[in-house]
Amino acid sequence: MIAAALSTVTLTVLLVGLGLALVQARRWRAGRSAKVGVWAGLAALPARYLVDVHEVVGRTPFNARFHALTAGGFLASLALSVALALPPLRHPLLWGLLALTLAVMLAGGMMVGYRRRVLRPAELSGGRFSRLPLALTGFSAAFLLVALDQSAGGILPVWLVLTLVAVGGWGLAELVFGVWNGPLKHAVHGALHLAFHPRPARFHDGAGRDTGLRPLDLAQADAPLGAGQAVDFAWNRLLGFDACVQCGRCESACPAYAAGLPLNPKKLVQDLVLSLDDGSDDRAYAGHGHPGRPVGAAVTGPTRPLVGADALIHPDTLWACTTCRACVQECPMMIEHVDAVVDLRRFQTLERGATPVKAAGVLEELRATDTPSGRALDRRLDWAVDLRLPVLAAGETCDTLLWLGDGAFDLRNQRSLRALVLLLRRAGVEFAVLGAAELDCGDVARRLGDEATFQDLARRNIQTLEARRFRRIVTADPHAFHCLRNEYPALGGRWTVQHHSAVLLELLTSGALTVTRPLDGPVAYHDPCYLGRYNGEIDAPRAVLDAIGAQRREMERSGLRSRCCGGGGGAPLTDVVGERRIPDMRMDDARATGAPTLAVGCPTCTLMLEGVVEPRPQVAELAELVLTATEPTP
Amino acid sequence: MVDVAVLLSVGRHPVSGRARRAPTDARALELALSLPPGRRTALHAGSPDSPALRDYLGMGLAELTVLAMAEGRDPTDALLARLRALSPAPSILLTGNRAEGGEDSGMLPYSLAHALGWAIVPDVVALTLNDDGSAELVQALARGQRRALRVAMPFVVTIHPAAPAPRPSAFGPARRGRITVEAVDAPEDTALAACAVRPWRDRPKRLTVGAPGGGSGGALDRLRAATEAKAGQGRLLVGPTPDEAARAIYDCLQEQGMLPR
Repeated sequence: MIAAALSTVTLTVLLVGLGLALVQARRWRAGRSAKVGVWAGLAALPARYLVDVHEVVGRTPFNARFHALTAGGFLASLALSVALALPPLRHPLLWGLLALTLAVMLAGGMMVGYRRRVLRPAELSGGRFSRLPLALTGFSAAFLLVALDQSAGGILPVWLVLTLVAVGGWGLAELVFGVWNGPLKHAVHGALHLAFHPRPARFHDGAGRDTGLRPLDLAQADAPLGAGQAVDFAWNRLLGFDACVQCGRCESACPAYAAGLPLNPKKLVQDLVLSLDDGSDDRAYAGHGHPGRPVGAAVTGPTRPLVGADALIHPDTLWACTTCRACVQECPMMIEHVDAVVDLRRFQTLERGATPVKAAGVLEELRATDTPSGRALDRRLDWAVDLRLPVLAAGETCDTLLWLGDGAFDLRNQRSLRALVLLLRRAGVEFAVLGAAELDCGDVARRLGDEATFQDLARRNIQTLEARRFRRIVTADPHAFHCLRNEYPALGGRWTVQHHSAVLLELLTSGALTVTRPLDGPVAYHDPCYLGRYNGEIDAPRAVLDAIGAQRREMERSGLRSRCCGGGGGAPLTDVVGERRIPDMRMDDARATGAPTLAVGCPTCTLMLEGVVEPRPQVAELAELVLTATEPTP
Repeated sequence: MVDVAVLLSVGRHPVSGRARRAPTDARALELALSLPPGRRTALHAGSPDSPALRDYLGMGLAELTVLAMAEGRDPTDALLARLRALSPAPSILLTGNRAEGGEDSGMLPYSLAHALGWAIVPDVVALTLNDDGSAELVQALARGQRRALRVAMPFVVTIHPAAPAPRPSAFGPARRGRITVEAVDAPEDTALAACAVRPWRDRPKRLTVGAPGGGSGGALDRLRAATEAKAGQGRLLVGPTPDEAARAIYDCLQEQGMLPR
């Protein structure tokens, strides 16, 4: 009887849970269609969970352990409880096995309780999440007692055991119904999201990294461009938002949140989740909000405008994002926050013309002159008159094509470009530039949501580059590097593209450049987001610094977990005000190393970090440091 | 409900020379779009193929009528005929105070106002409507001064570059907006035909440092005039205490009339 009661309770709760999950699924299935390899995704799911998700969760080993214990014990105990429905299987051995799995889960549940009650990380959400440890331990402890009693042959009075079954059933219901709208939503939605992920190439079974934005089909005229309301997102994007477990890792990593700008990536994702409810608001959200923004002011709805002064997402929240991908890097649910931000921005820019004033001005200059600064293209080489850079005309051939980027118009960055040119000459690299034929790569337009301008610039750049022959493109600008390498291929431009740090390393190791005056002193290195997180290149710049004899010091938050300088995604143009400035915080990380020099490898980082008031470490571009270190001795 | 007509021309970007929204015309459209809803007629005289016309539609304009005519034609009569044909007649005609092309004389709105027999108010930066068929205008004068005017409709206004900046042009609405083309006959612009057109070039300003003010007017004097600060203005405080400095700034602001005495 006890076994029947236990399995009936379990089965009933599971069936109700399945029904609720289907109700929940109707929400995200309202989104736009998306091409998804369903079977391939489902087949890849277990390995993605064990490899890719574990890699992220395991950055905090304690969390990985309680997940293994809780989820493993829970799933096994559910299977065994269901098996008890079959009378021939009701053997003390099975009860013993069930007791074992429940004991494992109880241990995990207590670890969850320890984390939520004792450690209490500030970024965790409260609300329904606060009841999670109680439900986990309640279910596992009550059923554990039942299983132990039954495996021992039934010592306890029947009424007590039935009460225990009821208590365990409550815990189970709390957990399983949570699949619908509670903490355990992340288990089911997270699994489905792993299978139907919009970027399957980011997992270990794909390329391992997939960061280029997808081109928007500008020819489609029947649907709005970008996402103006929740149902404008593809269904698997909505599924991804629903997978959010509000762990707050994104919140801890977000530079905008740390600087007190009105953006919390966790709340942004929750805004998108809540917007699928009709006629509700965000009062039930029990975590940190967007700094300085109130909650409960806007009404939600799948077809209501998502962004606006009175909408769920304030424009300042949207435009505060630097697209640094720190949130994506940290997200254990593999949510693509930056894609969502860019989709929202695309609608604001392309459909509503609601780009913030200064950014809109830059976009207009970009459309009219092909440079964000509105300068004439034939003045791109003004700084290099004395260098007599060879310009590659259509039909000509060279080994290395040097992509100068918009830094060529900026006094500070002209210095580092000059250093790079001198180094290439010193090493005997045969190179040329495009001169006036080089247009802006379109990075800033694309991050600001102006896909039309980006695609126009990209197509014309591709045409220019296709008319010339070269072995590789080299650029000192990680943003151009990312565009040319990861985003132009979708529009038909495929070349070997290298960041100058990789080229400098090549020249130093091959002996083309000889270190004559080793840099004697500590140097901190700041990873640009578009080089590190977007392209995985964190080793070459460090190897360059080591090769020129720098005593390299690592900053807090470096490598793939580096903090943004605040210059990405058009953030310096949208200029949303916070309590602090992002580059100031980054410079504090550099100061803490005590190094007198901060090495950078990106023109935007150079400007942002050099804009920090002194006293501070001197900001030096990699090429400048290498130039000094390889000065020929007389 | 006030019906307005806006005249929009195609501008020219000073750096790239590409067609764009003419800055003051775009401000005129911005002003028209921010008025309470009514019928808005947008007119352009010239080539219907200019990509810049879509930029105006991208500001949220649903339809733009193009009076198609060849380059170098005088659009005055065609515009006049089209405006007269509008029924009911618009109460306000808005346009920029100067185009970026053609003769660049800024005469067109005056010719139209004259022919229509309407008042014209040049260099307007703000416009609000009254219930009694008049409008409050703010006119920009030299050196940042402003003049408030009340004008009875109908009237022509030309918009000054200091008017609120135009909203950005968005790709979606620009694509969806309609361009209606009406081929018209226009006489050749004889004044323009007689002109030689060449790109404008910024010339360095000639420094006038004359002998009368002392000095010989030589290179050294010109350099001094260009680089030296004029002495004798203001007060020089060397190493003042914060209190002294604050007091000096406060007094100065009071003298300038920026703080109440």
